[in-house]
Amino acid sequence: MDPRINVVEKRLEKIGKVIAIAGGKGGIGKSTVASLLALVLADSNQKVGLLDLDFTGASTHTILGLEDFHFPDEDEGIIPPKLHGISYITITNFTQDHATPLRGQDITNAILELLAITRWDELDYLIIDMPPGINDTTLDIIRLIKKIEFCIVTTPSKITTKVVKKSVELLQELNVSILGVIENMTYPTIHYAKEAFPKSYLGTIPFDETYENAIGDKEKLLETSIANTLRNFTVICDKMC
Amino acid sequence: MHEWALADAVITTAKKVAKEENLIKVTEIVVKIGELQTISREIFETALQQVLKDAPDLFNEVTCKLEIEPAGFKCMNCGHEWLFSDVKKNLDDDETESIHFIPETAHVFLKCPTCKSPDFEIVKGRGIWVDSIEGEK
Ligand SMILES: Nc1ncnc2c1ncn2[C@@H]1O[C@H](COP(=O)(O)OP(=O)(O)O)[C@@H](O)[C@H]1O
Ligand SMILES: [Mg+2]
Ligand SMILES: [Zn+2]
Repeated sequence: MDPRINVVEKRLEKIGKVIAIAGGKGGIGKSTVASLLALVLADSNQKVGLLDLDFTGASTHTILGLEDFHFPDEDEGIIPPKLHGISYITITNFTQDHATPLRGQDITNAILELLAITRWDELDYLIIDMPPGINDTTLDIIRLIKKIEFCIVTTPSKITTKVVKKSVELLQELNVSILGVIENMTYPTIHYAKEAFPKSYLGTIPFDETYENAIGDKEKLLETSIANTLRNFTVICDKMC
Repeated sequence: MHEWALADAVITTAKKVAKEENLIKVTEIVVKIGELQTISREIFETALQQVLKDAPDLFNEVTCKLEIEPAGFKCMNCGHEWLFSDVKKNLDDDETESIHFIPETAHVFLKCPTCKSPDFEIVKGRGIWVDSIEGEK
C-alpha cells in the first residue's frame, strides 16, 4: 500500500477551490492563464496557491519572475514559499531549473510526493498549471483530487479547437467538473470557442503585445489586458460557483 | 522536517485499514522506505513516534518496523543496471537534498554510468510502502 495516497485529501482540506488550468494542447496559454489568474486573485486579497505540475515544461516561474531557487522551509512537511503573495510550489525549486526528463511513472510518483508532503495554508483557491495533453498528470489529479475543477484554455485555431474539444468530452464522460472554457489570444476576425463550447464558454482573452515585455514583472503583468480580462472572469466565476 | 508528513501518511493508512478490518488494536506496522528517499531510520522513527502521540488508543501498543530497501536503476537506453549506493557519493549536498524531497529528481542529477543517458528506470528502492499491518479484532 502506498500511504501517500491516503493523505492527499487531508493535505488539501483547508483549500476552497482547486482549479486545474488545462487544454489538450501546448502553447495555448495555460501557464499564462494559471500565473496571471493567481496574481489577479492575490492582488484582490484572496488567499491563493499555485502548483506547477508541468514538470518537464515548467513555465510559471519564468512568467512570475522567480530567479533564485531555494528548497522550501520544512515544518511537518514542506511549506510553500510565497511569491507576490502566492503560496507557490514549482519543481524548479528542487531542480534549480535544470532539464527534468521524466517518464509516466516518475511523474505520478513526483505528483504524489508533492501532494503528500506539501502543507498548504488555508486557501481560497489552489490553481494548478497542467502540462499539455490528457496524460498521467491529468489522470492522476482526477484520481487523487476529488474536488478538482477544470478551467479549459483554447485558441482561435481549428487544430486547437479539435484537440481541446476531445479533452473536454473526455472530462465530461469522467464526470469531472468544468468551470468553463476561455478562448485565449483571440483577434477580431476568428472565434471558434463560442460555437464549439456553447455551454461552458466563458469569454475571450485578447492577444496582448505588451505581455512579452511584462514577463517576470509583477506590476507590468497586472497591467496587461490578459490580467484585466481575468479580473472580470473571477467575477463571473464567483457568481457561477 | 518533511518526514513527519510521510509518517502521518503511514499512520493515516493504518487507521484506514484498522477501520476496514474492524481492528480494536493495531499491534504491528511494517514500513518499507526506498533508499532513494535518503531518509534516516532514526529521523523517521522519531517522526512516527510524534505522530503516534496524537493517534487514537488502538495504537497504544503498536510497534513499527522499518526496512530500508536498496535503490537500483536500469538504463532504458543501453540496459545497464546499477545501484544508488555506487553513485551516491558523486552527488553534492544540494543534489542529495533535492532527491530527498522528490526522489524523481534523480533523473536530473544522475546519468547512466555506461552511456550517460538520463533515461533510466528506478527499478527498486523508491517511495514509501506500508508492507503489512497486524492487529486484533
Ligand atoms: N494572451 C496572450 N497574448 C500574448 N501572448 C500570449 C498570450 N497567451 C499566451 N501567449 C504566449 O503564447 C506562448 C504560450 O503560452 P503559455 O502560457 O506558455 O502556453 P502553454 O502553457 O499552454 O504551453 C507564450 O510565448 C506566451 O507568451
Ligand atoms: Mg505551460
Ligand atoms: Zn545506459
